[in-house]
Amino acid sequence: MRAGAATLLVLADGRFPAGGHAHSSGAEAAVKAGRIRDAASLHRFCAGRLHTAGLTAAALAAAAAAGTDPLALDEAADARTSSPALRRTARRLGRQMMRAARATWPGPGLDALAAARPKGAHQPVVLGLAARSAGLTPLDAAHAAAYENVSGPATAVVRLLGLDPFDATAVLARLAPDMEEVARRAEEAARGPVEDLPAASAPLLEITAEQHAAWPVRLFAS
Amino acid sequence: MHLDHSTTYPERHSASAVRADGSRRALRVGLGGPVGSGKTATVAALCRALRDRLSLAVVTNDIYTREDAAFLLREAVLPPERITAVETGACPHTAIRDDISANLEAVEDLEDEVGPLDLVLVESGGDNLTATFSKGLVDEQIFVIDVAGGDDIPRKGGPGVSTADLLIVNKTDLAPFVGSDLEGMARDARQQRGELPVSFQSLRGEPGVEPVADWVRARLADWTGAADAPRPEPERAAAHAGHQA
Repeated sequence: MRAGAATLLVLADGRFPAGGHAHSSGAEAAVKAGRIRDAASLHRFCAGRLHTAGLTAAALAAAAAAGTDPLALDEAADARTSSPALRRTARRLGRQMMRAARATWPGPGLDALAAARPKGAHQPVVLGLAARSAGLTPLDAAHAAAYENVSGPATAVVRLLGLDPFDATAVLARLAPDMEEVARRAEEAARGPVEDLPAASAPLLEITAEQHAAWPVRLFAS
Repeated sequence: MHLDHSTTYPERHSASAVRADGSRRALRVGLGGPVGSGKTATVAALCRALRDRLSLAVVTNDIYTREDAAFLLREAVLPPERITAVETGACPHTAIRDDISANLEAVEDLEDEVGPLDLVLVESGGDNLTATFSKGLVDEQIFVIDVAGGDDIPRKGGPGVSTADLLIVNKTDLAPFVGSDLEGMARDARQQRGELPVSFQSLRGEPGVEPVADWVRARLADWTGAADAPRPEPERAAAHAGHQA
């Protein structure tokens, strides 16, 4: 049965218990380096993230939701993530997403991937499969992936900088057309072969993720 | 949409009492409470008191460092492979209550890697008086406050003080120096907690952590007593061998 907007809201809710709250998606390193210091710089960070790592994640999620072999997508995600720290984070969050998804929308597709990757598949792949199990479309999955790609750092920056939460949420609202565009492109790409999926990445995010993973004191896990 | 039953499947995501192979999993005890009340010191003392007879592991939830895990490692209360630190993204209460997935994974990984375990202690990051553990994560919870944090804390109540399975009022040796009224604290605690137990503790002298260790042993006896079949002795002995380090 085809699920509707309410189901997508449940999946995309920042309170969906899949571990995201402990991660800043690179925002903590960017705050420390002075690259994020106010709403305008948060907007630039989120826009950059959305059109690079966000597009790649949204396409992986859309492809998984469309029924593409999740193990092939997991491999494709590995190939698209050059930082070992980010691969570890993606698998850890994938495992946490899997637990929440199997409790909320159980299904054989999720069970099979959980059995094949007990320590976690890449999070966007699991997110896409969760969307499929919930009866959502590939475009829905791409929207959820695009949204969480920017909502995570925005929430983290509220905690890190004491940034006005209204300003942070306004940044997200202004990014909505970008999210729509990224989701549309991701869904379109997901109709093609796995090797042609977007492979956009942000080198600075990869470099700072490696540095952040070695910090002795930090607020966020990534 | 595929939805199977109205009840979720605890074995897939939460604190199911049995392992995948049907045996009863370790008892999970949470320790929460304000910053500096002595949670880590109590965990360390419990490990020393219980490690010779039980197969133990600890999960810590630090706020922004891995200090607590580092302390337990430095004190060598357990071999390092039995201690796991969970990072909480500046929200320790979220990690033990609203989104318990990282903690559940830490507990399950410990069972897989160093198990079978009898007991897992899950220590929360220091937080406020409203922080409690999800029942999806722990079976029993201990709330630790101390006499120096203000003797009005039991009167103020809150979910931790009022509902924890055991309330520890720690650092009683400091009471004369900070002017805390222990009898008043006991009276207020009784008012808030009814029949639920309260333990006044000082780790600086005898009997130290022993009354709390007894409480944990009793909960464990209840837990294992409810199991269909106790674990055979040889397997237990093997599980203990790792503790002598």
